[in-house]
Amino acid sequence: MAKIIVVTSGKGGVGKTTTSASISTGLAKRGHKTVVIDFDVGLRNLDLIMNCERRVVYDFVNVIQGDATLNQALIKDKRVDTLYILPASQTREKEALTRDGVEKVINELSETFDYIVCDSPAGIEHGAQMALYYADEAVVVTNPEVSSVRDSDRILGILQSKSRRAEMGQDPVKEHLLLTRYNPERVERGEMLSVQDVEEILAIPLLGVIPESQVVLNASNQGLPVILEEQSDAGQAYDDAVARLLGEEREHRFMTAQKKGFFSRMFKGG
Amino acid sequence: MSFLDYFRSKKTSSASVAKERLQIIVAHERGQREQPDYLPQLQQELLEVIRKYVQISDDMIQVDVDRNDDCSVLELNVTLPEK
Ligand SMILES: Nc1ncnc2c1ncn2[C@@H]1O[C@H](COP(=O)(O)OP(=O)(O)OP(=O)(O)O)[C@@H](O)[C@H]1O
Ligand SMILES: [Mg+2]
Repeated sequence: MAKIIVVTSGKGGVGKTTTSASISTGLAKRGHKTVVIDFDVGLRNLDLIMNCERRVVYDFVNVIQGDATLNQALIKDKRVDTLYILPASQTREKEALTRDGVEKVINELSETFDYIVCDSPAGIEHGAQMALYYADEAVVVTNPEVSSVRDSDRILGILQSKSRRAEMGQDPVKEHLLLTRYNPERVERGEMLSVQDVEEILAIPLLGVIPESQVVLNASNQGLPVILEEQSDAGQAYDDAVARLLGEEREHRFMTAQKKGFFSRMFKGG
Repeated sequence: MSFLDYFRSKKTSSASVAKERLQIIVAHERGQREQPDYLPQLQQELLEVIRKYVQISDDMIQVDVDRNDDCSVLELNVTLPEK
């Protein structure tokens, strides 16, 4: 039986796809057979971040509608052996995802995979609800900013009332807070909500804090999940998050401002 | 307070204002989520019954369910117009 993890947020553009790519890569790197599914039907992007956009032949909707088999649609990652990508359709509407169709695909994947990571589209409507329906665990991606925190709380409400686990009266979906695009300098200046502020408001366990980092954009330019930039702050922060997801204890890092000396400032450009 | 502190304390308030506003709105929205689905309909029908006797406007009635550990209380607040 696979464990199903949804990466969700409500608000758009907060880092769900970046996170889905890195978490699935991190799980696979540790030897777990992992598939990452792009639920953003109509706005496929995970393929670009995973550098497999030119290898997409069939997609998630094709499989649901029986036009292709799972094996035809799954793309095997070229870097990590145990990682597969199921791309979203670029030409359909989100409504092409039906509860039964998604269930069929997830059940089939469950037979052979250890982890199924679902990259949710933005919003709280049909597409987002399909992505989270079958989840066992949810990574709620949040930026330290008012509208993102509020939307995260709304998505938590949906996880607690409209997921399969909620509807069936089973144990609730396990919730994790992932605070991304965090800027400790701005927090120290009082311009940005702190980790503690967001934890206090949302009241769910903290999985990790991903710093705002130029490395993320650089990595996505090249189609590299940032977790593979092993020397970078964001890459290491994602690696910590994956370790914690697997139950390892790791101290939180990258939460305080670096005191930069004159020389490092000169050489690193700030 | 030095010149610099003045700007610091001003900036400090922007994150704390955000936090305070979020705490209020999130608490409010959580409260609404926990309300039973039938509440809007119930409120509408109560309004109609009351209007048979007193003319009140939509915003003069408020219906809430307060849930405690072992019981729920239906709270009905109706403001009557001044004579
Ligand atoms: N930690 C970070 N530091 C800097 N930039 C980041 C970080 N995380 C994400 N970004 C940038 O934010 C943008 C949005 O990221 P991403 O596409 O992952 O968000 P999303 O939540 O999937 O968006 P959508 O809701 O549109 O699907 C991208 O340009 C990405 O490079
Ligand atoms: Mg996305």
